Formats: sequence, structure tokens, C-alpha cells
Amino acid sequence: MMASSYNAKDEDGHITVSGPGGGGTLRGKKPENTAFKQQRLPAWQPILTAGTVLPAFFIIGLIFIPIGIGLYVTSNNIKEFEIDYTGVDMSSPCFNCSQNFSWNSTRPCTCTVPFYLEQPYESNVFMYYGLSNFYQNHRRYVKSRDDSQLNGNVDSLKEPSKECEPYAKHDGKPIAPCGAIANSMFNDTLELFYNDPNGTRVQIPLTNTGIAWWTDKHVKFRNPGGDSSNITASFQGTSKPVNWRKPVYELDTAADNNGFINEDFIVWMRTAALPTFRKLYRIINKTSSMVPTLPRGNYTLEVVYNYPVRSFEGRKRMILSTISWMGGKNPFLGIAYITVGSVCFFLGVVLLIIHHKCGNRSNSADISN
Amino acid sequence: MDFTLLRNIISRYCVGEEIWVDSRTVYIGHKEPPPGAEAYIPQRYPDNRIVSSKYTFWNFIPKNLFEQFRRIANFYFLVIFLVQLIIDTPTSPVTSGLPLFFVITVTAIKQGYEDWLRHKADCSINECPVDVVQQGKVVRTQSHKLRVGDIVVVREDETFPCDLILLSSSRHDGTCYVTTASLDGESSHKTYYAVPDTMAFRTEQEVDSLHATIECEQPQPDLYKFVGRINIYKDKEEPVARPLGAENMLLRGATLKNTQRIYAVAVYTGMETKMALNYQSKSQKRSAVEKSMNAFLIVYLCILISKAVINTVLKYAWQWSPDRDEPWYNHRTENERQRHVVIRAFTDFLAFMVLFNYIIPVSMYVTVEMQKFLGSYFITWDEEMFDEELGEGAQVNTSDLNEELGQVEYVFTDKTGTLTENNMEFIECCVDGNVYIPHAICNGQILSAASSIDMIDSSPGGYRREHEDLFFRALCLCHTVQVKEEETVDGIKRGIHQGRPTSFYISSSPDEVALVEGMKRLGYTYLRLKDNYMEILNKDDEIERFELLHVLNFDSVRRRMSVIVRSSSGEYLLFCKGADSSIFPRVVSGKVEQVKARVEQNAVEGLRTLCVAYRRLTQSEYEEACHHLTEAKLALQDREQRLAQAYDIIERDFVLLGATAVEDRLQEKAADTIESLHKAGMKVWVLTGDKMETAAATCYASKLFRRSTQILELTKKRTEEQSLHDVLFELNRTVLRQRSMSGLSVDCLDFGLIIDGATLSAILKPNQERAGTGNYREIFLEICRNCSAVLCCRMAPLQKAQIVKLIKASKEHPITLAIGDGANDVSMILEAHVGIGIMGKEGRQAARNSDYAIPKFKHLKKMLLVHGHYYYIRIAELVQYFFYKNVCFIFPQFLYQFFCGFSQQPLYDTAYLTLYNISFTSLPILLYSLVEQHVTMETLKRDPSLYRDIAKNSLLRWPVFLYWTCLGVFDAVIFFFGAYFLFDNTTFTSNGQLMTTNTQMMFGNWTFGTLVFTVLVFTVTLKLALDTHHWTWINHFVIWGSLLFYVIFSLLWGGIIWPFLNYQRMYYVFMQMLSSGPAWLSIILLITVSLLPDVIKKVLCRTMCPTATERAQDQDELSQDGVAESTPLSSRRSYKGTSTESSHVHFGAVEMLSLRRSDPLPQKLLAHLAEGGGADLRSLSPYVLRLSGAGFAHYAPGPETSV
Repeated sequence: MMASSYNAKDEDGHITVSGPGGGGTLRGKKPENTAFKQQRLPAWQPILTAGTVLPAFFIIGLIFIPIGIGLYVTSNNIKEFEIDYTGVDMSSPCFNCSQNFSWNSTRPCTCTVPFYLEQPYESNVFMYYGLSNFYQNHRRYVKSRDDSQLNGNVDSLKEPSKECEPYAKHDGKPIAPCGAIANSMFNDTLELFYNDPNGTRVQIPLTNTGIAWWTDKHVKFRNPGGDSSNITASFQGTSKPVNWRKPVYELDTAADNNGFINEDFIVWMRTAALPTFRKLYRIINKTSSMVPTLPRGNYTLEVVYNYPVRSFEGRKRMILSTISWMGGKNPFLGIAYITVGSVCFFLGVVLLIIHHKCGNRSNSADISN
Repeated sequence: MDFTLLRNIISRYCVGEEIWVDSRTVYIGHKEPPPGAEAYIPQRYPDNRIVSSKYTFWNFIPKNLFEQFRRIANFYFLVIFLVQLIIDTPTSPVTSGLPLFFVITVTAIKQGYEDWLRHKADCSINECPVDVVQQGKVVRTQSHKLRVGDIVVVREDETFPCDLILLSSSRHDGTCYVTTASLDGESSHKTYYAVPDTMAFRTEQEVDSLHATIECEQPQPDLYKFVGRINIYKDKEEPVARPLGAENMLLRGATLKNTQRIYAVAVYTGMETKMALNYQSKSQKRSAVEKSMNAFLIVYLCILISKAVINTVLKYAWQWSPDRDEPWYNHRTENERQRHVVIRAFTDFLAFMVLFNYIIPVSMYVTVEMQKFLGSYFITWDEEMFDEELGEGAQVNTSDLNEELGQVEYVFTDKTGTLTENNMEFIECCVDGNVYIPHAICNGQILSAASSIDMIDSSPGGYRREHEDLFFRALCLCHTVQVKEEETVDGIKRGIHQGRPTSFYISSSPDEVALVEGMKRLGYTYLRLKDNYMEILNKDDEIERFELLHVLNFDSVRRRMSVIVRSSSGEYLLFCKGADSSIFPRVVSGKVEQVKARVEQNAVEGLRTLCVAYRRLTQSEYEEACHHLTEAKLALQDREQRLAQAYDIIERDFVLLGATAVEDRLQEKAADTIESLHKAGMKVWVLTGDKMETAAATCYASKLFRRSTQILELTKKRTEEQSLHDVLFELNRTVLRQRSMSGLSVDCLDFGLIIDGATLSAILKPNQERAGTGNYREIFLEICRNCSAVLCCRMAPLQKAQIVKLIKASKEHPITLAIGDGANDVSMILEAHVGIGIMGKEGRQAARNSDYAIPKFKHLKKMLLVHGHYYYIRIAELVQYFFYKNVCFIFPQFLYQFFCGFSQQPLYDTAYLTLYNISFTSLPILLYSLVEQHVTMETLKRDPSLYRDIAKNSLLRWPVFLYWTCLGVFDAVIFFFGAYFLFDNTTFTSNGQLMTTNTQMMFGNWTFGTLVFTVLVFTVTLKLALDTHHWTWINHFVIWGSLLFYVIFSLLWGGIIWPFLNYQRMYYVFMQMLSSGPAWLSIILLITVSLLPDVIKKVLCRTMCPTATERAQDQDELSQDGVAESTPLSSRRSYKGTSTESSHVHFGAVEMLSLRRSDPLPQKLLAHLAEGGGADLRSLSPYVLRLSGAGFAHYAPGPETSV
């Protein structure tokens, strides 16, 4: 695409040898009278004048403002609860766990965080974990994965891509799944309990499937042995990622959520765009239409504290949220729509005034001419 | 003679290398000269092989690669590619390697193929058979085996294989006819002469017996110059030396005509022939747009580097704490850790450079080249610039300057052949003040069959009679016209006899043809030149014979030519004709006053005048003259100078005979064109060699000067009265006063300046003795700046170029355009920013050396006002848009670095990075830059002042550039932070209900990038759509097509697990994004917000302070919408003004002149004029009186006043 056009110039300085009888005047033929060659193709010639733009501004205003209001209202109706359980403060229940963290500890550190929901959550509730100051979008991090290994390629399983370095091999054995992303997979366990007013603690059932993209789970991620039942055998000869406590084939007990197609794993593998992010952890399905999914009241979050974030001043959060047709809580879009809509409307008015004045002026100028 | 020989030998030995010797010796037939005459030094010259190919089989790859990487774009890509190969960079080497490889390969294949064709062409030429005389026999050999000194036989219609010196021809007079059409485009037959000593050779044996050497200068490219000498050795005598000039030299590429065969000796062969030397490359002209493009590029390069530096510094500042640099989840490899920090920092810097390299729009160069190349076809295709008569349309010799046509501020035009038709008509002659006017002619065709003389004042007495006879003979003899028997050539041809239409006069100068033909109509017919005798058929049908002894050729310095003839009565006569200024000082007797008055009167009317004088030579005077001439002609050194001296000595003491007047008509619509150029804000200068009065008259006729124009004269006449210094200052004061006054009133008066060559050279002369006069140049420029029109008369060709140079170098650095048709305009055409050649009657030299060639002067209007304007706005938009879209493209990526730990993480996927400039956004702008018409063609032609809107590179000035860049940055910020706020800290999630599984999906960094990219592609394309004023179906197709292509490509790119990629990061990203409602909403929102400021700016500017162009657009819109009422009415009104009421309009002298020079009108109108307005007109002006009185009725006044 870059080439050919140069050459016309190229030959400029060149000798053109005219053979016997050659050269001389080239009698050009009369150019064809086609619309294209004469640059007379029929064309629509719009001009952006105040007159044409004015209605557009008003229309944009009239469309955007209702959309914005709709979005804003929807966003406000979404209930969201967020709790930081990093354990930075002394008073925090997870303070101890965050202080005494070591990768080698065999005994998991558990902490219990109580919280109070002021409103009942009616529909399905989505449970997220959020991390901040975690650079999942760091270049070295983003590329540190082997998609071919994750797609079940046996060769890549044995010989992970160089991109995975320094998380490609451990003690001579290939790591499965290799790379920094997999190695740093979020491994806190969060459990939610409802403290009934009558004193009993009810564990809330959390669904751990359906949280990843369908295509990821069914096409992009595959276990090496295909659908063979013996997943442990397919990972024979590989080593678990250094920071993991369990090998990949023990992520879950269910066969369709184990190995590379474990949804927690898939969710983690989709690297976040920004250093502060949240990822879907569990879904709390609505059980009956009569009772809210999460009634108002006291709750306890039980955390098995495995994931160290304090070394890089990170934070860990647990978020509970309902959704609407427009997704989760995001007032920004609604506000933006309202703002843009009003600005357009306002500009429309301003333009109308200017147009009116200048239009008169130019008309009178025309007449005087 | 001996001295030169000695000098030759000395220089030969001293310098050592023969090639550096300033003359060469050719041994004809490779025969050694007789012993003692000269040392025989066998010399080596290149053989006659023509090599036009660039490459050989072996050096093709390295040489071609080298050539290609000299291009800045390719080199930039190569550097980026190498950096990507060497260090670990964010984007893979494929992103720059693939396009680079593609470009290089395609170019190499194309150039290789072209070179192969050239090889083939070379081969066929080099192996072309040539007949060579060897040992008295004709031997057939191949062209490339020809060597210097070979005697060659060339037959009729064959092309000369190398530069030859004519030895003898089959014609008895030793002449041959040659056409040099393929060299300089002049198709007339030129005569070449053999040296008298060799012209008698008829057979091979005779030729082979010749024993001679030729000394000549080393090869030089001037086609019309050759200096040499032939030494002929005869039987141990002193060699006979004869001068050789350009008239003896047959050039390679020319064709032998009308001559059966010739013998000639090769002097320059192969690459040393004048043809080969002449095809050297001309210096490249660069357009102003290209210059500003490069300036912008440098700004962007600075931005790129500073971006990379900022990011590198911030990266290391940010990474200061090891937990940031290497948190536990993201370790480096051992290798990386061990690298020194400086190396790491440098690598990071390079990586940032690679990441942001797209901000330098490399593809812009390609697109610009393509736009220029393809766009120039619209000029050649233009039907309106096609001339039926010539059968040719406009030509584009270089497409680099298309947009420069829209930037012209100064137009320098030649007069003869450019403003005027160069179609000469003999009008009258005067002998001692008695005027003779031949019968009516029209367009070179004699209307009536009569060939009688029509004299106004014919009462010649004895003395008169003698002068009259001499005058007519002088004009019949003093010329270089040839008589051509058949009609085989183009060029200037006129029938000699009505009954014998097969005879024509041919000459390189149309004036001469007009004169000789005029003489014929007055009864003296020049028949032919035969064996050095010129034959004339006089009034009494008797044939007179004059022996032609010498021709003192015309040159532009002397501005005259002479012949020396011997009449049948044995009288020696010197006839001279030339410009009045060069004749009058040399006249000693004759009726100078009367003739002078007549000449001046004719000149005022715009006629070209020549004076004729003669001198009788005595035998001794003749011999002395002969001596001077031969001596000068023999000289090897400074022959030109010595010839000029000799001419100067001979051409003196004239007796004035009379003067002639030839009319050169104004070209069609010349006045209209000049008027339009004026309105468009251009300053038009006429540069001509003609005398002031003639030129000024033409200027009035062509509306260069109007009646209201105040003429400032800066001529020799005036500077003789006052000093140059005073004149200059006085004029300057006048001009300045006017300017300060007209600050209040609107252009009430404009100035026209007339300057002549002598004064000009005085002004330009450096190192004036007195201090303070050094700035004459500045004052002169200051005066010129305030004049709307300048006429420079009496210009030598080189002075024309000097003027152009002077204006070019003045402090505003205006863009200049030179237009001309003749060889004398070439220097000016080459000097100006844009050179335009007119395919005129004086050969093709101007057209060949020009950047653009047009058939007629009137086409300049469309060329500049329409094509130039279009090209300029197209390329300006192209350049600005390219910078804009790349800022939009790269700036979000720069912002992203602040959120990814300065880790050089690209925001977009590799495919998007690679294809953004190549396919997603390339075609719409290319197409825009080919077909955009912001205003219709008719409007541009109707309203030349629109041209002022784009003057001074107005669309590519820094404020405009800044606006575009700011717009780009603004849009980029909107894209990035729009997406950022949607993603930041919140659940930017897809609609649960839309999916079959009722889930909420998280979006990763690639979705983020894709969202930004989608908004980006749509915004920049729609921005272009907003700028497009001319929506043809192609625009619709390309704009919507490329958006559609983006969507389809993204769907495809994310829809499959691509087996050859080692990452699948884009898998289903685009589809997932589109399945989310908020994504759609935010895409729409962000596009709207990005486009909003530009729309507002446009609307506000248009309403508050509309430019002329915008007003014109509104007008167009109105006339399209409503009933087109105004235009036909106004045009009707203006027609009325010029034609029907013409007889009642009060014509001034100036306007009458313009009428006189116009096309004949229908008889009806004429009659009307004669009846109705005749009396009126008669009383109005003396000129009119003359016209109507002297049988000039056919020169009807017609409304040349343009509409």
C-alpha cells in the first residue's frame, strides 16, 4: 500500500531512450467526457450551517436527556454493598491475618467480618471481590500466559511458551497453568452467613458457575485431555504454579468446573483494564419470589485469608450488588447523558439566538449590496 | 594554431587524464595524422552503448534496497522494525515488518520489471544495425560497436546513432535536412552543412581517403552549441583548418530527412552524446505544502520523543519502590534483572518510541504520493483544457506541485505566444515614411486571389524608387526562411503560390515567415536558396539572383540579423534587420525621423516592428569583414564573444530603409484570464523582450493595465533624465502616499509599473559605489509590492529568470508561477516555483521543461482557480486530518501508560495497531483528497476572489495545525476517560437478560481497548464525513464501507481461535462488547461528545465571520434550493452592456485598442456599428479614425470585454 506510487518520481531523472523514429510529440486523445473524469459526478452537498445543525442539537438534547434520566434512575435503584477486609487497621478483624502472612503457612488464616445490610436485596445478587493497586494490566503480567496451553494443547502443556518466564518451569517440570497471571490467582475463600434475628447463622448458598464468558469456558479454555474423565492423568508430569496450594486439577470437585475450565480461574485470567478492579466471584440466586434474596439484617463474611496485598499497598474488598438492564451500578453514564443532552439543548438555544441575529445581519447586507 | 597544439599537448600531459582535457581530437577513420603534424595519441572514449537501466542482475537487490531505504518513510519503518527485533517491545515486529516487507517487495518487483524493460529497450537500440565505412567499404555493424572516429553512413529517415559531424551528403550543396522532433519537439526541417572541403565526397572510397582530424570541445549538454575545428591533411601540406559549429553537427536522436544519404564521422558516442547528457534530472521542486508537512512532522517527532522521555522518567520514578517495580505477583526473569539500569532505561525509552511510533503518520507520505499521482489525472482528463486545434490537452510533467497551483501569488508571463497568439500577420511596412499595406488577409489565408500591391501612398520618385527596391530585396534576402516543397511537416507553413499549394515557407521564427510572405503579397517572392544563390521573383516577374556570402545570425543580445550578398551586378550589400533600438544607433543616413515616428506609432498599437537598413560594401570592406568573420569562426576559445565582436565591427554605418509592422494577436480570452488572476489576488507580471510601447499596448488590451491604473515608469529614458536613485525614491514615495491614503477608501487606485531591462540590471547590479544605494533592490521590491501589475520589457531570457529569483527571494517568499511558450522562457520556467509551458508554435522546449503544460493561456484560469484550489484544500485537509487521526489514535495509549504502571502495555490489539492506518481509516481520506469539491467548479470560476481564501498557505498555518492537534488531543481524552469512567471501580457489565445464561460478565483490558478503538474509528471517520462537502456515491461507499469493514473485520478477528497466533486475547471480545447495552450507549455518547466541539466551531465561525468561500457555499445552497434566479439575469445584463449598447458607450483609447485586437464579429454587427456608431467613434479617438479610414473594416470591434 505504500509502494507503487513513489515510482513515478523515481524515473524522473532517467534517460528515456527513444529508438529510431521514436519520441516526438505524443498526440493525446481527447479526454473522455465522463462524469468522473470531469469531476462532475452528481453529489449531495451538505453544509453545516446553524440552520441545519439547530434541529440536530435539539433532537440530540431531547433524546439524550430522557436516556440519561432513565440510566440514572436505574443506576440509583441498584443496590450495592461494599466492604473492605484487607485488615490494615488494628481494629479490623483481618488485621492479624494480614500481618502474619507467609506463603508457606500450612494453617489457613481465617477472619470473620460482620456487616449490616440496610436494605433487602430482591433479585439475584452478585458477589464480587475487588482488588486495588493491583496492576493486572502491567505488560509483563498481561503477556505472561500461554493461550495454547490453556486451550488444551498437549505440546504447550509440556513445553510452555517463553512468555511465561519466569513462571514457566519449576524444578524442571512445566508449570500448568504457566505464567504470572495464573500464578497470582486470587485464592481467598469468601463465605456469607445471614445472622437471623433469632440468633441462628444461615449460610447463604453461593453459585460458582455461570460467572465466566460462555465462549471462554467452552471454546477458549480446555483441559488437555479433552473431556476425558481422568483429569488428573492429563496433568501428569506438570507442576502446580508456585503460589498455588493445590494443583490445577483440584480446583473444584465438579468435573465440568475443574482444571483449566474452572470458572474462578477463567475469570481471573481475563486481565483487568485498570489497577483497581472487581471480578465476579459468586452468584446468589433468587430462591423464591416471596422472600428477598438477601433480607435486611446482620451478615457475617468469613474469609479464608490467603491473598497478600499489603506488600504493594493493595486493598481487598467484597461487593454485593444487584443488576439491572444496564448492568451494575454506574451513575456516570446517566450523568454524562444528562449533561451532554443539556449542553446540546443549551447550545441549540444559543445558536438559535446567534442565527437569528446574524441571519438578519447578513440578509440586510445582501440587500444593501 | 601551433600554440593551441602545444597547449593541448601540455595540458594533456600535465593533467594526465585525457578525459579532463578541455578539447578532444578525433581521428577520422582512425587514421594517424601525417608524421610531424601532431602526435598521435590513441584515445579511449566510451563506446556507443546506451545504458538507461539502473541495475544489473547482480547488484539489483542491494542497490534497490539501498534506493528504497533512502525514502524517509521506509527508513523510519526499518528503524522501528529493527528496534522491535532487537529489544523486547510492546508490539510485535510484525506490525511494522509486514507492511515494510510488502512495500519493499512490491516496489522492488515493479522497479525490477521496469528495469528489465529498459534493458530490453537498451538492447534493441544498441543492437540496431549501423553502416560504417571501413577500408573503403560499407560494413554493417551494431550500434553499440560504434566508436569515436568511425565514419557512418546514414540514409533517409534513419535516426543518427550518435553525435556526428557531417562530412558530405548526397545533395550537391553539401547540406542535409534534419528534424529534431524527438530532441526538442521542433518538427521543422533544419539544414545542416558539410565543410566545403569534404562536401564533394560521393563514394565510400572517396570518404575513406580523407585524412583529417577533428578537434572539438568535450561533451556538453547544450544542444545548440558546438565548437570544433577540422584539420584536413593533404599531401604533406600544412593542414587546412575549417571551423565547425552547431550547423555541422548531427545529434543523436534526430532524423535525416529529404536527403538520400550522408557520410558523417562520430565525435561523441554513447553516454556522451548530447541527447544522453540532456536527460539528466532536473532539480526537484518542492511545494510549500510539503515544507509545512515536514515542519509539522518535526513537531510530531518532538512530541513523540518527549512522550517517550516523559514516560521513561515517570516509569523509573514510579518504580522506585521495589514493590511497585516487582510485586510478588509479577517477577522479572533472571536475565532482565541482571541488566544494567541504564540499558534497561534505554530499552524502555525505545519501547515507548515503538509504542507511540504511529503518531508519525508514515502512511501519510504514501497517501500524499498516491493522491498527487492519481489526482493529477484530473488535469489531463479535463475536457475544458483540451485544445481541438492542437489535439492536445493539459500535461502534467510533475505531480508534486499540484497543490502549489492553489498558492500562486505572482504570475510571470511571457508576452509573445503566451498572451498573444504568435500567429504573425504582416500589417504594413514603411519605406522612408511611406506606408505600404498589402491586401487583406485573415488568419494567414489570403482572402482574395489577387496578389497585387495596395499602396496608400504610392508616388515613388527616383530616390524613393531605389530605396523601395532595396527595402523589398532586403526583406526577401535577410532571413533564414526555407522553402519547403511538400507538405510533410507541421510547423509554420504558408502557400507560396495559389496554384502551387505544395510550397511553404518554414522558419523557426514566425516573424520572418510573416515578413517574407508579406513581401510576396507586395510583389517580391522569395523562391529558393540554390547553390548559395538566393532567387527572388520581383514585381515584374523577373528572377533576380543574389549570391549569399555570409549570414550574421540573429541573437537575442544583438537583436538583429544581417546577410551579406553579392548582387548580379557584383555589388556587395549588407542587409540588416532588427529591433529599432539596435538599428537606430548604427544608422548614419536615411529618413530616421519619419521612420522613427511610424515605428513608435505602430508600437503603441501593439505591433511588432522591425527596422531594415543596408550598407554598401566595397571590395576591400567586404574582404575585411570576411577576414573578421572567418577568424572568429575559426576560434576554438570564446568563439561566441569573438563572433559578437566581429558582428559589431561589420554592422555599422547603415543607411536606414524603413520599418515593418507585424501583428501578433491577443490570445483568446487572455484579458478575461488576466482579470480573473487579478481578482484572485495574484500579481501579474509580463516579461517580454519587446519594446515598451508594443508591450504596454498589449498590456492594456489584455486588461493588465486598466484605465484607472496609474502607470509608474522606470525606464532608461527616465533614468537618463534623473538619476536612478531619485526616480526610485520618488516612485516609492508616490506608492507609499497612496497606500496610506487608501487605508481609508477601498482600493481606489492601483499601480502599474513599467520597467525595462537596462534599468532592471542597474537596479540589480550589486556593489554600488555609493553607500546607501545598496538597497535599490529593496526599494524596487517595495514599489513592486504595491503594484498590481508590472510590465518588464526589453528583457533578455536570463533577466526573466533573475526577476523571478528576485521576487522568490524577497522577504515574504511568495509562490511564483512562470508561464511561457518559447525557449527563451525556459530559464524562467525552471526558476519559478511552478513552471507552466504553453504548447506553442515556437517548439516544445518550454512545455518539456515545465511542470505543467497547457495548450493555451486561457487554460491557466481553470488550472489555478479550479484545479489549484481543489488540490490545495484537498491536500491541506489530507495532511491535517492525518495528523489529527494519529493523535486520536496514539494519545489514549499514552494516557493508558499512567494506569498500567508505565509498562508499555498497548491499549489496542496488534491487529488494530497495524490496520488502523492501512485499512480502517485510509480509504475515506484518500478518496476525499481525490474528489472533494467544497465549492462547485462554476462558483470557483465565477468568483476568482475565492482564491484569496487559501492564499499564503492559509489552511496549513500553525494556528490551524494547532487547532487540529488540540481537537485530536481533546477527542483522545474523551475516548480514554469516557471508557475509564465506565470501567473504573464499577461494574461495567453486560445485560444479564440478553444472555441465555443469566450472568454478569467482567470486561478485561482488551475490551477496554476495543471500546476506545471502536469509538476512535467511528469518530475520525465521521469527522471526515462532517468535513466532506461533496458526497458522491463513491464517498458514501467508501466512508460507510470502511466502517462496515471495521465491524466485519472485528467480528471475524474475534470470532475464531486463530491457529497461527500464540495468543487469543481478542477472542469474542468485540461480540461481548456489542452484547452489552451500556457499551452501545457509551459508544454513541462518546462519538457525539467528540464531534461536538468541531461542529460548534464550524457553525459559529460560519455564522459569526463567514469567509468568502463559506458565503459562496451558502449561495450555492440557496441557488440549488430555490429557483436559480439571480445568475442568468446578471449575465444577461452584462451581455447587454457590451454588445448592443456598444456604440453608445464612451470608449476610451485603451478600450478601442482592445477591440481592435479582437476576433472578427459577424457582419451584421459590423454594419450596425458602421451605421449607428461610426460617427461617434470617429470623433472619439485618433486610433479609431485610423482604423476605419484605412480599409481595416474587417478588424471589427467585438466585445472582448469578458463576461
